[in-house]
Order: sequence, then structure tokens, then C-alpha cells
Amino acid sequence: MTIEALVYLPLGAAVVALVLPWERIRPWLVPLGALGHFGLMCLVVPGDARQSAGGWLVLDALGKLVLATVSCVFAVASLYVPGYVRHFHHRRNRFFVAAMLGLLAALTLVVVAHHLGLMWVAIEASALATAPLLLFNRNARSLEATWKYLLLSSVGVALALLGSFFLAHASVLAGHPSTLLFEDLMAAAPSMPPAWLHAALAFLLLGYAGKMGLAPVHTWKPDAYGEAPGVVGMVLAGGTTSVAFLAVLRVARIAEAGGQGAHVRDVLVVLGLASMAVGAVFMLRQRDLKRMLAYSSVEHMGVLALAAGVGGPRAHLGALLYMIGNAASKGVLFLAAANIHRTYGSKQVSAIRGVLHRLPVSGSLFLAGFFAATGSPPFLSFAGLLVIGGALVTDGRWVVAACFLVLLFAAFLGHAGTVLGVVQGRDSDHGADATDPARDTAAPAPREPLWSVLPIGLLAIAMVGLGLWLPQPVEELLHAAVAVLEVHP
Amino acid sequence: MPHASLPFAEPLLMLVIVLNFFTLGSSRLRASIRAVGVQGFVLGVAALALHPGQSWRGVAVSVGAMAIKGIVIPRMLDQGLEPGTTPRETHPHVGFVASLMLGAAGTAAALLFARTLAGDGAPSVGGSWLVVPAALSGVLAGFWMLVTRRTAISHVLGFLTIENGVFAFGLLLLDAMPELVEAGVLLDVFAGVFTMGLLLEQIDRDVAAAAHDGHDAEQEPLTSLRETGRFRAVRQTDPLGLRREEPR
Repeated sequence: MTIEALVYLPLGAAVVALVLPWERIRPWLVPLGALGHFGLMCLVVPGDARQSAGGWLVLDALGKLVLATVSCVFAVASLYVPGYVRHFHHRRNRFFVAAMLGLLAALTLVVVAHHLGLMWVAIEASALATAPLLLFNRNARSLEATWKYLLLSSVGVALALLGSFFLAHASVLAGHPSTLLFEDLMAAAPSMPPAWLHAALAFLLLGYAGKMGLAPVHTWKPDAYGEAPGVVGMVLAGGTTSVAFLAVLRVARIAEAGGQGAHVRDVLVVLGLASMAVGAVFMLRQRDLKRMLAYSSVEHMGVLALAAGVGGPRAHLGALLYMIGNAASKGVLFLAAANIHRTYGSKQVSAIRGVLHRLPVSGSLFLAGFFAATGSPPFLSFAGLLVIGGALVTDGRWVVAACFLVLLFAAFLGHAGTVLGVVQGRDSDHGADATDPARDTAAPAPREPLWSVLPIGLLAIAMVGLGLWLPQPVEELLHAAVAVLEVHP
Repeated sequence: MPHASLPFAEPLLMLVIVLNFFTLGSSRLRASIRAVGVQGFVLGVAALALHPGQSWRGVAVSVGAMAIKGIVIPRMLDQGLEPGTTPRETHPHVGFVASLMLGAAGTAAALLFARTLAGDGAPSVGGSWLVVPAALSGVLAGFWMLVTRRTAISHVLGFLTIENGVFAFGLLLLDAMPELVEAGVLLDVFAGVFTMGLLLEQIDRDVAAAAHDGHDAEQEPLTSLRETGRFRAVRQTDPLGLRREEPR
């Protein structure tokens, strides 16, 4: 089994989606492609590290971990897609389906690309594939959000390309035959002129931090996540961000090899704390459910950046655990929010009450997702936070540790204010309608179809299960991935 | 200071920098589109001038840049403007004179930065000491336009200016790594998508259709896109036809 198949399978399915004339059958290509990808991933990941295409494609332990995360996110999301698309059957789904599969192919290529230029191309492709997904709702606001997303990500991608140019030129100046393969760049990094290396790292980090959605380059996120269908929010918040984090880690590895690790780590700590602060502040009294989740994602990316910035095996282990936990909890929250949005016809917090009563399954899972996302035990994110906090204390970084704890608590409050408000109470509690007798005879609570709750349930099981017990292979993979991140100049 | 491979390469890069000032200081959108287009074309010529006798790949990149940046995209953008009018960027967040001043400061900073880089290795590998300043001043000017202008078309112009800056840096790598510079052409795909977004009637129609769509549960008033305030501008000029759907 070759690595290329992981990219070709979803890409092929995307092409089929573009040419297939049947609107009703087309959405089933998403589960077909995503579950096929999942199957291939299960075959490829347990083996040894692989490479092909002359070293341009390599699946190392770190890549395997991120690949498994992305593949699982898409596999679960794909179970939601056919029902979702059927619900909005009056909308054309050709580009939505093709873009979903195209995004999976592009993200896979980012993960396996071991070449700076190829990784950049794949990241650009993933940004372009996201646009039709954001546009699915086809209203003025989704147009605005798509426009903003494309504009900001195009600038981020342009900066990342400039950084790649700088790095390439630095390797030319260092006199190395520059292939732009990561291993070659890392070997060349110590002899690169430091000023060029600095500039290259700054542009690359800024570009890929924007893709992750770290403050202050996060401004596309609330609009994009806010207007995207829930299932798209899930793959963006769980899949794309994990891959962007991988890109940041790859850049950080080159910096470490070049002896510039300390600078990059400091920058990441600052970006991380800033993102946590922005996320926490904007989550407080947020009036829009999905925008609240977007700011929660900014905060979570902040935690990842902070952990990567702290560095060392423990913090890296915590970051990777947290990355998986984030993917699962964001999936639960976005899909549950999508169910809530559809049922209430609104995502304004003021219009939603008594979710637990009206949507018992989605409501309970939404609540569980909230606890997971805020790092409560026994969920996986809690384990991640615990390890990161432990690393901060062991390193004696008390100020950072204090900020970390305070911001986590603030984020908890912001989350809680919104989530607890919408899940509690009775549907008829709000507004002047409370005393309206006609309201009691309104339509009975709509039932929750299986397609809308099964994927959330699967994610919730993963979220709790992995928090309580890490299977041996997963644990080994985690430690192997951490070993990849330990670079000594 | 090493000499440029062809004598007119330096003046061409000088022209690239001057055109940044033009777009920063001009309120007339049509003229700005032309300036950004000329800048892209000049960069294509500069690529040939800096690397005479380069491989066919390098020539293809240069000619491609001239065609896409210099002709195709400006013409498409021009079509997005109403014929016979002189559309202007009326109320930028920061005035044109102040923008020019800051552009000058940015270019000075870019020159200084290029000198810093020269301390470690010659920035003139491609044959010119102006490549790095032209690249960085373009990126800065484009950023400034994105942040301070209000109309969508100005934002696209800002992006194109950044893109031209990145391409200018690519001139250094045209010999060593043509494939990486070729990849940069992919940025033009974004530019293409933006212009399509501005142009396509299709989007207009779909917005109108969605507005009349009774079963659309996800339709809500346009209230919450506010954080950057950038999109207000698009509705002001309304190139996407968003006005057809009034906030409910």
C-alpha cells in the first residue's frame, strides 16, 4: 500500500462527484471516500515509516498521528453528510460534496508532504477547497464569510510562500544543494545565514499560524465557523487546524535544527497566550452559538501553540493529546450545534432554550462536548492539559503557568455561560410566548434521526474512552511522534 | 555592488517600487488596477532581464507572469467596474497622503532590512540589490491597502500587490529553484477566484434565490459580521450584489 493512494482515493471520489449527474446519490460519495480513506489509514499507520516519490512523500510517526486524527474526523463527519444534504435537498450539492472530498485529499497531502514547496501547494489547495463548503448555505452572510476567509487565507498563504522563498534562498546562500526536503533543510539550517533564517521563520510562522487561527490572525475564524454548516465547522476545527498545527511543528523543527528554536518557542508562547486570551474574552457573553465555538477553537489553538512553545517531550506529548481531544470535542460540539440550529431555526443564544428537553440526545452530547472542550475530567483534553500544565511547572515557568490557568478558567466561564444557558430550562421559557396557550399545543418535539446523533455519539465515546484508557498502539504512536519532535541542533 | 545582468533590470525594479506608491496614493480604482497590472507585467520583464539566457522553464514563468498578472487579471477586474464611470475608493480608513508617507517609510525600512540581510550574505544573488526591497515594500504596501481600504476591489488589489511582492522575491530563485517560483503562480488562482467572485452573475442570482427561499432554516439577519468591519465596504459598493437581500 503506497502513501499516494491516501491522496488519490478522496481526490478520485471528488472528481466522480463533479461529474456524477445524480443529486441524490452524490452525497454518498463522501462516506465512501472518507471511510475508504479511513480503511487505508488503518492499513498504512501500523506499518513502519514509509516514503515514496523520491522522499517528497513521507509518513513519519508525527504524520501518522495527525493523519489518523484527520481520517477519523472525516470518517465520522461523512456519516452525517448524506442526511444533512438530504435535509437541504433544495440546494445543489455538487460542489459541496466535491469540496469535502477535495479537502480531505489536500489535508492528507499536507500531512504526507515532506517538501516545503509541496506542503505549501497542498495548504493552498486546502484553502481553496474550503470555499465551496463555507458557501453551502448560499446566503449573503455565508458569501461574506467565504470572501473574508479566502482573502485572509490567501494573504496567509502568500506570506508562507514568501517564507518558503526566504528559506530556499537561505539554503542557496548556505551552499547546500537545496532540494527543499525537510531533512535537507534541517541539515542545511545550521549553516544558513541567521538573518535570512529568522526572516524565513517569521513569515512561515505567521502564514501557518493564520491557517491555524491563532490571534492576531484569527479574524476569519468566527465568520467562517459561524456561517459554515456544522459538519464543515467540525472538519475545519478538528481536521484543518490539526494539519495547520503540524505545519507549524514542521517549521519549528527546522528552527530547532538551525539553532533558532528558542526564538520560535518564545513567539509560539506569546501567540498561544494571546490566542487563549482572545478566545476567552470573546466567548464571554457571545450571542451566537457557532461563533462561540469559533472563539473556543481560537482558544484551543492557543493551548496547542503554547505547548509547542514550551517544548520538551512532556509539553509535546500534552500538545498531541490535546490535539486529538480538540478534534473529538469540536466534532461533538459542532454537530450538536448544527442539530440545535436546524431545530430552533436560529443559532442566536437568545432564541435557544431547553435543548436538553427538546433534543435530549443532542443536548446531552452538547453538554458532554462542553465539558470535554473545557478540559474537564475524564475527557482526553483534560489529560492533555494536565500534561502541559505539568510540563510548565517542571520547567519552572510559573508566570506562564499562572496565565495558562487563569485563561483556562476564563474560557470555562465563557463556554459555560453560553452552553448552560441554552441547554437548561424549557423551550417555552423565553420571550413573551411563555404564557401563550397556543404554544403548548405547538408541534411536538421533533425526533432526532439516527444520522444526526450517531456520529456525535461515536465521537463522544472516543472522547471519553481515550481519556480513560489509551490503547497500547496509540500510546506507542504518541511517543514515537514526540520523539520526532525532539530535535537537537 | 554586483551589476544587474541587463542594464535595465534595476530601473525596472525601481518602477515596481514606484508603482506601489501609485496604488497607495490613488483613489481611482481603474487607474489602480492598471498600475497593479503594469507592475505584474514589469516583474515578468524583470525576470527575463535579471536572468538572460535562462532555461525554458524560467522563460515560461516570466512570460506567464506577464500574461496573467499583466493582462488577464487586470482585464477581468476592469470588467467588474461599471463601464464609463470613474469608481473611486472614497473613504479609506487612513487617507491617501498618510498612506503614501507610510509607504515611503515602509520602503525605507525594506531597504534597511535588505542591508541587514546583506550583512550575512549578498542579497544580490539574482544580480540586483533592489530585489529584496521591491519584494518587501510590495508586501507592506499590499498589507496596508488590505487593512485601510474599504472596497472589495481594493482588497483584491492589495492582495495582488502582496502577490507581486512575493513574485519579486522569487526573482532571486528563478535559476536555483524554478519549480518553487512556478508554484507561486498558484497564488494567481486565488486572484482568479476573487475576480470571479466579483464578476460572476451566478453569485448574485443565488443570493437572490436564497432570499426568497422559504424553507431555508439557516437564514438570519445580517447582524454579526462585525469584528473586522471590512465587509461593510463590500456592501457599500455592492460588487457581490449583496444589497438585494436586505437585513431582516
